[in-house]
Amino acid sequence: MGSSDSTCLSHDILIVGGGGAGLRAAIAIGEENPDLTVGVISKIYPMRSHTVSAEGGAAAVIQSSDSHDHHCYDTISGADWLADQDAVETFVEEAPRELLQLEHWGCPWSRNPDGTVAVRPFGGMKIERTWYASDKTGFHMLHSLFQTAIQYDNVTRYDEWFATKLLIEDGRCQGVAAVELGTGQVRAIGGKGVIMTTGGAGRIFPFTTNAAVKTGDGMALAYRAGVALKDMEFVQYHPTGLPGTGILITEASRGEGGVLLNKNGERYLANYDLGEAVDVNDERHPVKRTMELGPRDRLSQAFELERQKGNTLQGEYGDYVHLDLRHIGEKKINKKLPFVRELCQNYVGIDPVHELIPVRPVIHYMMGGIDTDLQAATSLPGLFAAGECACVSINGANRLGSNSLTELLVFGARAARSAVRFAEQNSTINKQAITAQATQEQTRIREQFFQPGKGTETIASIRVDLNRALEQGAGIYRTEESLQTACDQVRELKERYKSVELADHSLTFNTELIAVLELGSLLDVAEAVTHSALQRRESRGSHQRSDHAERDDEQFLKHSLAYQTDGNPRIEYSDVSITRWPPGDRVYGSK
Amino acid sequence: MTNRTGNTTTTERQLIRKMPANWWLKKPAYLRYMIREMTCLFVGGYAMFLLMLAARLDKPEAFADLLASPLAIALQWIALPMAIYHSVTWFNLTPKVLVIWRGEDKLPGFLIAGAHYAGWLAVSAGLIYFAMSGGTDG
Amino acid sequence: MAASESQTATETMKLEVFRFLPDEGELPNFQTYEVPYRDDWVVLDALNYIKDEIDGTLSYRWSCRMGVCGSCGMMVNGEPKLTCSAFLRDYYPNQIKVEPLNYFPVIRDLIINMDQFIDKLGEVKTWLIPAEEKSVDEGEYLQTPAQLAKYKQYTMCINCMLCYSACPVFGQHPDFLGPAAIALGQRYNLDSRDGGADERADVLFSNEGIWECTFVGECSEVCPKNVDPAGAIQMAKVTATNDWFKGLLMPKGKKKSGGDQ
Ligand SMILES: Cc1cc2nc3c(=O)[nH]c(=O)nc-3n(C[C@H](O)[C@H](O)[C@H](O)COP(=O)(O)OP(=O)(O)OC[C@H]3O[C@@H](n4cnc5c(N)ncnc54)[C@H](O)[C@@H]3O)c2cc1C
Ligand code: SF4
Ligand code: FES
Repeated sequence: MGSSDSTCLSHDILIVGGGGAGLRAAIAIGEENPDLTVGVISKIYPMRSHTVSAEGGAAAVIQSSDSHDHHCYDTISGADWLADQDAVETFVEEAPRELLQLEHWGCPWSRNPDGTVAVRPFGGMKIERTWYASDKTGFHMLHSLFQTAIQYDNVTRYDEWFATKLLIEDGRCQGVAAVELGTGQVRAIGGKGVIMTTGGAGRIFPFTTNAAVKTGDGMALAYRAGVALKDMEFVQYHPTGLPGTGILITEASRGEGGVLLNKNGERYLANYDLGEAVDVNDERHPVKRTMELGPRDRLSQAFELERQKGNTLQGEYGDYVHLDLRHIGEKKINKKLPFVRELCQNYVGIDPVHELIPVRPVIHYMMGGIDTDLQAATSLPGLFAAGECACVSINGANRLGSNSLTELLVFGARAARSAVRFAEQNSTINKQAITAQATQEQTRIREQFFQPGKGTETIASIRVDLNRALEQGAGIYRTEESLQTACDQVRELKERYKSVELADHSLTFNTELIAVLELGSLLDVAEAVTHSALQRRESRGSHQRSDHAERDDEQFLKHSLAYQTDGNPRIEYSDVSITRWPPGDRVYGSK
Repeated sequence: MTNRTGNTTTTERQLIRKMPANWWLKKPAYLRYMIREMTCLFVGGYAMFLLMLAARLDKPEAFADLLASPLAIALQWIALPMAIYHSVTWFNLTPKVLVIWRGEDKLPGFLIAGAHYAGWLAVSAGLIYFAMSGGTDG
Repeated sequence: MAASESQTATETMKLEVFRFLPDEGELPNFQTYEVPYRDDWVVLDALNYIKDEIDGTLSYRWSCRMGVCGSCGMMVNGEPKLTCSAFLRDYYPNQIKVEPLNYFPVIRDLIINMDQFIDKLGEVKTWLIPAEEKSVDEGEYLQTPAQLAKYKQYTMCINCMLCYSACPVFGQHPDFLGPAAIALGQRYNLDSRDGGADERADVLFSNEGIWECTFVGECSEVCPKNVDPAGAIQMAKVTATNDWFKGLLMPKGKKKSGGDQ
């Protein structure tokens, strides 16, 4: 079982992360190069990865009435023109094949009566192109990928190992140091090519749809190694989360006809330049790219403005509005949105067939991430990244719903191909050196966290303060002042982090140690988010500055790049690739 | 042909909890299951008894003696409820074994179990009718 | 105790939690914690409260907190439950006893070793073995909603292991493939795109497979996702028996099994 070399484990390709992107990459290598060995490190069992929670669907052009240009335009305008258009074109072109491939691997996509794959509309789309597996799309995709990946014997899984550091030798990333949770040992795992697929970082905020594991570890590892984090100021609020828990009510519920109502029962979106409210019983409803099917940033902002007008309802967990699915009917809800019904019944005690669902905007997705090019390569040779932890960028200032699941596949596979090419040209791993680095890493961790009497801080207190700082300083609407305060608070918290004291000093499955390492990642990611946001003095997509309310293409049609330094991060800018769609107005509602 | 594992943990330090001998008392459902399993002994015993009767079919007196012996009467009194319990539990489980599809929907379980009960009633009624009418004819 | 966040935090509740710390060399024991009672809290919230505010050494797994990742299965008052969907209000004011899932080796506290389950998936071959090869360029395999419905239920398994800890057969024979692995095997056998039933038959229809099952039926009762593994196993038994008879009648001509359910 496993590699027998007791000093250094190594593989041709090392994948950090076992979510949708990581498993897609692993299978790509398993399929195409069975001679190469692959290691997959995951801090939780791969099929538990956060991809499992995705509900609504995955976008790709399949209908004859649709076209690649439509998908590109929807994505680019949705992104408020900050997406790289060459990347979007590649993505759109490769998307259908990837989803079909998944169909061939058994994914139980929902079907039309004639047996072809069915699609549904999502926000910001001109034509419906979201493939779905009822309302558990991510779950079915992840399990299909996991069950497919099991069959490859050139894949070695490191389940419940936590990567803590990139191991760099001769200017090349040659592996990672990782704690095996079961034994508490830090080991070096080498890879001629290393792919980061560690997912997002929604947990920097208190109120999020994201699972507990979404702590931005991979972003932090790359950031610490000198790689830039790109466009980190763009954090997506999803307009419909359940108050309290933050559990997501998928956009598919609006795609199937659900509408948003304020406290007076009005479809308030009509007042925010999102088109007119077509009656729910009218055949045209829901009209694509308008009202409830507008993009997420605009809907979340509308909520906030409505709240300021006093038109929202007040509950124990803050203000909320209502999502009305009643007119959709029990039969269709059971068939297309069964999980929404289950979640509402379990966690709010209401039945959406007969009752209104309380919802409010909730932190959902990081548009930003590790800066990569179209080949998923980072600026550090040997390091590749894909999935939510990476930023190519196809999502720009606001991701369109259902582009992310597809992105995992397209760029997961691309990263695998690039890493293989890289490994062919760089075939050595300096095992001795990386093993020494891992030993040092083990010493560092134990010295920092296992020294009794050293600290006064608890993990929970720092985490709570960090969450509050981000929510107050970098929420839906931001100002110079709020962001400056958040930046200062994050810096203080990083100081406090140095004196965290752990109660648990044992080696076997020390979840407290993992929690403190995750907190370290959260702090680094938060630093990049707040500073990038502070520097971007314009409003674009999900980044809305009350003090700079307009989009400023002159100065800011640019990607931000945050580099870690000893003090505040250094923010640089790079150009956005514009191919065929010059920046224009985002029009939703009017033709 | 499946994945390898990189994990080096061993089960040595893990805790293996023994199943207690009385595990079937820990949950009503387990107890019901054990009774169902046990009733099959009686169902089996009764089948043996029927075989013994069958062996005496050509000797009407021996047949009647065996049937009327106190032991046999006791057996029948015990076996009847056991057999009923056994049949009912299994009939209730039939929807799990037999699934009939009508397009995208399953035929509801109660219909399947119901059909079994109906069949049971019909066969029993037939037998009783046969026993009643056949009994007088000789 | 610090119960700062809520007005009604005067009410509390006791949790009796199984502890096992192999590093300390201590025998397993129970530790009782007092947590604030909130009617919208689940057992997992109470455990998180303990970890954050009372005892950082308590170890358990969780992630999605919405009943879909399958991490947080534990015995709650002797019943296997997803702790992220087991509400305190259903137990209040009684004490709640939390233990690791039955029948699995315990690594530490509430964390069980479930590696064997994934090996079993590999043995069962829980992946699509196409009935006919078709390249991706030729598009999707057609599958009608009715064909999809035949196996859909079995795709809903979140690998939470609750069914295993309700299965006394697994308790006595850890090598038993068990409810979820068999249900997932059936999931592919019943998929109209799949032709791998024969390849799976050796393992699925073996003594460690369906024939070990004595139909206790509790797996289906505790399953949080209505997968009905017990049903899957019994249907597989019918298929296996049919195959066996077919094999008797025509020993040479191998028949495709499974797909005709
Ligand atoms: C509730 C919800 C619903 C969504 N619905 C949709 C939708 O309908 N459509 C859509 O397109 N998108 C949706 N999204 C977004 C999408 O699901 C995610 O962006 C995507 O799943 C991320 O996948 P990933 O592979 O990048 O990362 P993840 O699935 O998060 O996987 C990360 C992996 O990295 C591993 N890992 C992380 N850190 C470490 C470490 N330090 N060491 C070792 N391993 C590590 C983890 O174990 C895990 O295996 C949704 C998101 C949420 C929160
Ligand atoms: S069959 Fe049900 S109980 Fe068993 S692992 Fe799957 S979801 Fe959990
Ligand atoms: S935490 Fe994911 S199922 Fe409970």
